[in-house]
Parts: sequence; C-alpha cells; structure tokens
Amino acid sequence: MRYLALFILTFLFWLLLTFDLSVANLVAGGAAALITSLLFAKYFLDSVYKFLQPHRYFWLLVYLVILIWECIKANIDVAYRVLHPAMPIKPGIVKVKLDLQSDFARAMLANSITMTPGTIAVDIIDDYLYVHWIYVSTNDPEEYGRKISGRFEKYIKKTFE
Amino acid sequence: MISTILITIGVLFNLIGCIGLIRLPDVYNRLQSATKCGTLGTCSILAGALFHYGLVDAGIKALIAIPLLFFGATVAAHALARGAYHFGVKLGDKSVKDDYKDAVK
Repeated sequence: MRYLALFILTFLFWLLLTFDLSVANLVAGGAAALITSLLFAKYFLDSVYKFLQPHRYFWLLVYLVILIWECIKANIDVAYRVLHPAMPIKPGIVKVKLDLQSDFARAMLANSITMTPGTIAVDIIDDYLYVHWIYVSTNDPEEYGRKISGRFEKYIKKTFE
Repeated sequence: MISTILITIGVLFNLIGCIGLIRLPDVYNRLQSATKCGTLGTCSILAGALFHYGLVDAGIKALIAIPLLFFGATVAAHALARGAYHFGVKLGDKSVKDDYKDAVK
C-alpha cells in the first residue's frame, strides 16, 4: 500500500510539473515514479490510510496558514537584523524537547522550524531537537520549547500523527 | 499589478538575503539569511509568475515549484548546518550558548 500511495503521489507531481500528456512523457514519469517509490517508500508515512481521513486536510490548511504567516514574520525579522547597522544578533544552539512521536511528524516540525524566525534545525538526538537560533532571547529551557516549537506542535500533531 | 508587487517584494528579499550572506559573522548565521530570505524571495517571485500567467501550464508549474523549493531549501540548510558542525566549524564569537557540544562528543 505504501508503495502504491507514494507512486501515485510522485506520478501526480510529475504530471503537474511537466504538464504534458504525450505517451513518451507518461512512460518517463512512470519509470521515475516507480524507481522513487521503490527506493523511498520505507521512509514514507507509517500508515497511508491517514490520507483518507478528511479532518487531517482541514488541520493541514490551518497549519499552512499559520506557517505562511510565521514565515513572513521570520523574513521581516531576519531582514531587520541584517540591515540594522549594529546587527542585533545573539546566536546560539539550544535544545528543545520534542513532543511528537512519528518520524514524519518530526521531520515536518524540523522543516517548519527551519522556515521560521531565525531558527535552523541542526539535529535530532533521542527526544531532543537541536536548533540554531539567531537571537537567543531567554535562558530558560522551558521557554525555548514554547517560543520555537510551541506554535506548530499541536497542529502538526493533528495533521500528521 | 499584483504580480509586479509580488515580484518586486521577491527581488528585494533576495537582495537582503545576499546582503546578509556578506554581513553576518559565521556559517550558521549566514545560512539563516540565505535560506529564509532566499526562500520567501523566490516563493514570492513564483507567486508573482502565477498571478501573471493565471492558471495555465506556466502558472501551475510555478505553484508546484513552491513546495519543492520549501523542502529543498530546508533540508539543504539542515544538512549544511549539521555537516559544518561535524566538520568542526566553530560558532562565531558573538554566540551565547551551545547545547549541541555536549550531545556530540
């Protein structure tokens, strides 16, 4: 099932990207999607039946809106720090406790963190996420979690887990 | 009109990203500027292209390129940061904290 789901997804992606329904293109796309799904299906979602649960799509939309909003805020924040003559940065690597269990949800959280205010996910070791932060504003480990991952965690949990 | 505004914003953010790449002190901070401003800038240019062409093939391709760029840029930033740390690149002088040092011996 996993292989089939990933095959359909990659093939659809190919069709939208090339926008061409000639036979040669369909064969090339099918072959590429087949190789991709054979190689990477084992890293895909644990249960593909999650695709069939409509409430997940609703939470995905809510999550996307929040992500885009945070992303715009992040960019304005980084742009301000770059253009300010004194460059108000206070960088450091902090560790954040993870609340999510599945690998896919963790990967999505790490991606969202990399896209938002001055933070890059560097590594995950055990249950901790290591994050490079351009402006470490507090010294309290409890606050890190709330400031960095708290905004997304509950939506990601509802969408992907 | 909307497409012109979006493309202008995109080019501006890409410019700021490049300025940040030069001004910021170390690898990790430069990555911040390169990934964030680069991604929003480029996504905004692509959205501008979508509005310019409408929902024909070129517009839809621009729309599909946005998630591709989103995943590509984030994974690349993560891999570069982690790779740089394991290679032994030190955090800059301004850094205030390093929890990762204890985790990797």
